[in-house]
Amino acid sequence: MARNNTVIVDYGLGNLRSVAAATAEIGGKPEVTADLDAIRRAERIILPGVGAFPLAAQYLETSGIGSAITTAAGRGVPILGICLGMQLLFERGNEFGWSNGLGLIRGDVLPVLRTDEGEGLRGTHIGWRSLGFPPSGRRAPLFTGLKAGDSYYFVHSFSANPSDDRNVLATVSYGTKDLVVSAGEANVMGVQFHPEKSGSAGLRLLRNFIDI
Amino acid sequence: MAAAFKKPVRLIARLDIKGKNLIKGIHLEGLRVIGSPNEKARQYYEQGADELLYIDTVASLYNRSHLAELVTEVVKDVFIPITVGGGVRAVSDVKELLRAGADKVAINTAAVSNPSLITDVAESFGSQCVVLSIEAKKRGPGSWEAYVEGGREKTGRDVLEWLEEGVALGAGEVLVTSIDQDGTEKGFDIELMGLASQASKVPIIASGGMGSPSHATALLKQTKVDAVAGARSLHYDRLGLPEVRRTLLAEGYGVRAHGPQ
Repeated sequence: MARNNTVIVDYGLGNLRSVAAATAEIGGKPEVTADLDAIRRAERIILPGVGAFPLAAQYLETSGIGSAITTAAGRGVPILGICLGMQLLFERGNEFGWSNGLGLIRGDVLPVLRTDEGEGLRGTHIGWRSLGFPPSGRRAPLFTGLKAGDSYYFVHSFSANPSDDRNVLATVSYGTKDLVVSAGEANVMGVQFHPEKSGSAGLRLLRNFIDI
Repeated sequence: MAAAFKKPVRLIARLDIKGKNLIKGIHLEGLRVIGSPNEKARQYYEQGADELLYIDTVASLYNRSHLAELVTEVVKDVFIPITVGGGVRAVSDVKELLRAGADKVAINTAAVSNPSLITDVAESFGSQCVVLSIEAKKRGPGSWEAYVEGGREKTGRDVLEWLEEGVALGAGEVLVTSIDQDGTEKGFDIELMGLASQASKVPIIASGGMGSPSHATALLKQTKVDAVAGARSLHYDRLGLPEVRRTLLAEGYGVRAHGPQ
């Protein structure tokens, strides 16, 4: 089947080459671009990103890329945020003070550990983890065909807290609590881990995304 | 919901590189060419490595340009995190390696001569991509000295003090290589790794000496390290990553399950 391009948003942060390579590997025809028209008209968007929330959020706003993504989201095209890209889809982030994200998924982004938590835990959650899924039993299309023991690569110090539990797609335990590591609201979804760095399970997830 | 928390432990294949070749020595010396790093990298990826380290230990002395080339190629079909180090002197070097597809950059020599480089890189790209690489050689009971230039130059600095300083400056992870154990396949320097992982607020990658799965379990039992790196025994196929992984899973450590489930 001929597929449309997957627009990978280039906003100067993150491992674009790896996201593009993984997207190409699963037949997703990556188009790495910062062009506002290309983003507005995209049929499918991946928002990658590694770095700090405030700088990225500010850049999305001043460059116009943020509103181009919002326009595309309004047309109902599938949007996948990865790592910082997922966090930027939320309303607000509390990294070096509060700043506004794109607000496409309701909720806030907070440190993985509060200062009074984390006896024996690192403030950065790093490594390969398997996921837990909400008890509703309905698996989001993003996770179709993936096994319970499949693991994904994480490296992050902040995580999203959706205000509506129904938008939680997957979690991992961290110490005594659960972190939300995948969330989705309508056609907009995000994963905190790096599917492009998570071997065959990550590639399968990306394939699920381009099949949506 | 999610399964009970176990601290994640990563299994890392370390590839030491000179020019375009995979090399390996003993105590970081007597380097011999083994083959193509990217071929080995693909093999380790297939075998379920959690991460790769590409370290050009002689890059401070020679030209580093091949490293970015190698990375550009390998990320086309190896979909796990790659840390790249060797000859990184400036923020622009880091940018080049990240653009080539590296996820993290390891810094040793330049961090010692110019510690603010750690902060500059962390502020530009985030702490999560700055790995402080420390080459440690025992100098007395409970005391190790940091070396640079691939284990050839003394710095006069105490390893544990330097580690704490480097983390305070913004390193998001620390690769501790025991020069004494490197290439011996006789087990890790457990005393060093224990003290380093106790002192550190960020993850520690232990490198140097893995020759069998029992070396990894002994290390994890007695220290708080977050990742275990193997090199020589893997390169010569005397030890396989799947074997180490099976042993650690059986012992209850938080390594990822890989392969048929």
